[in-house]
Amino acid sequence: MFLAIDTSAGTSVAVADGEMVLAERSTEDTMRHAEVIGEMIAGVLDDAGVPASRIQAVVAGMGPGPFTGLRVGIAAARAFAWGIDRPVVSVVSHDAVALEEWSAGARGPLLVVTDARRREVYWSSYDLVDDAPMRSDGPALCKPDEVPYPEFDRIDATQISAGALARVALLHRQRGMAEEYGEPLYLRSPDVTMPGPRKRVTP
Amino acid sequence: MTGGPVVLGIETSCDETGVGIVRGSTLLANVIASSMDEHARYGGVVPEVAARAHLEAMNPALTAALAEAGIGLDEVDAIAVTSGPGLAGALMVGVGAAKALAVATGKPLYAVNHLVGHVGADVLAAESLEYPTIALLVSGGHTSLLLVRDLVDDVELLGETIDDAAGEAFDKVARVLGLPYPGGPQIDRAAIGGDPAAIRFPRGLMQAKDLEKHRYDFSFSGLKTAVARWVERADDAGEEIPVADVAASFREAVVDVLLTKAFRACADYGIPRLLLGGGVVANARVREAAAERAAAQGVTLRIPPLSLCTDNGAMIAALGAQLIQAGHAPSDLGFGADSTLPVTQIQMR
Ligand SMILES: [Zn+2]
Repeated sequence: MFLAIDTSAGTSVAVADGEMVLAERSTEDTMRHAEVIGEMIAGVLDDAGVPASRIQAVVAGMGPGPFTGLRVGIAAARAFAWGIDRPVVSVVSHDAVALEEWSAGARGPLLVVTDARRREVYWSSYDLVDDAPMRSDGPALCKPDEVPYPEFDRIDATQISAGALARVALLHRQRGMAEEYGEPLYLRSPDVTMPGPRKRVTP
Repeated sequence: MTGGPVVLGIETSCDETGVGIVRGSTLLANVIASSMDEHARYGGVVPEVAARAHLEAMNPALTAALAEAGIGLDEVDAIAVTSGPGLAGALMVGVGAAKALAVATGKPLYAVNHLVGHVGADVLAAESLEYPTIALLVSGGHTSLLLVRDLVDDVELLGETIDDAAGEAFDKVARVLGLPYPGGPQIDRAAIGGDPAAIRFPRGLMQAKDLEKHRYDFSFSGLKTAVARWVERADDAGEEIPVADVAASFREAVVDVLLTKAFRACADYGIPRLLLGGGVVANARVREAAAERAAAQGVTLRIPPLSLCTDNGAMIAALGAQLIQAGHAPSDLGFGADSTLPVTQIQMR
């Protein structure tokens, strides 16, 4: 039984039992992650009729995503896992989009693109083979007119499904795949300016 | 619940990740992970750097706090978290973690005010504070003068800085003197042997014309500029900078303004009690001068231990415990991080 949380775009939270998503709640609002996260987690547990103690692992969408919102979900996933003494499974958020396409029958090369704000986008490329969707490149950050692989089918996602994220975690576990990223995929350094020489106050 | 409720407090409003645990008004654990070293390179707190550090420090701090308290999570009765004021991105890490932890454990959650938390730290002292009291809270992030009639019910903001926080002024003047960040301890060290009366630096908002509108407000921007101008003039004249005198005189100006206004509030309101809080309390001269004035004015002075004055989770837990003991209901899960939360809002509903 997984609880999955993603705040790399809007907020999405789900409870999944194996392949089956028992409950999922999502909002595309990208401004209220901290406000909604608690009620949404409590809500999906309630919808699924699953007490927190039955969660075996917490799946965290690690981005890529804009910093402030992304962190709310990862902090929540880690704290929830700590509270029930269970592990966190870290998943690249774009993988959830690729899995949904694959589940819907899509095959071939795929490009997943999400908004990175400041006139940039995040992208990851996938190869949807019969077995499973496999990430072939990315995640990375670029200007909208510099997105690579123009020949691939492209999905511009505005929401990451936590239910799909849970299914990615299950798939990775079944295939014995190691976790790639335990840290948030900010893909951008903090805006900092190194202090230069002090400016005079007198002319 | 012998000794009161066990509360775990989470604080992430600035650059310290604090997790504290109290039982009623007894301190059980006070774990603080600071990202100050990372900010030192930039000469001040970088909000995004602080927020990233909070995320990485949170779970280790939670684990360390339980170990320090020597209790299991099942013995914790409630969770408290700082929901403001502070840096928005930094606050959100604590809020996200606290909400998830509350849902995971089924424990009630109290979203509390950071500034009132500074006052709440005092309940952890051996003797408890009497109310009403005046409280002066000074750090790199805030400079506020409060009238606390009741810790959990009635806190009023008398005044605050209208430009830089006092701690920021220390950082900026340290830079003028070629000293590293953070400036507070550097200025304190540099001032040793200096003459606090050597240079008469301006005192902000202390003139008669300011007393109407800004009786309890602070301003340190003009002081900072005056110090820079003084140093530049001496430099241009080829004089050697008397660093100890400049540091001591600057510090004296800050201390003078802070304490004059705080003790004035005590006198105006007829409240012979003053509580100091915030990181600037680490400054030896602030403590010394406050003790002198308190003795002269017949004011009882309270200064919690330094580890409870700088930002920490124990003060948040302590305020949470006070709210519980006063019968306040937990916060609803829908609150957000409010970077400008007013002190009148002690708990977010
Ligand atoms: Zn503070």
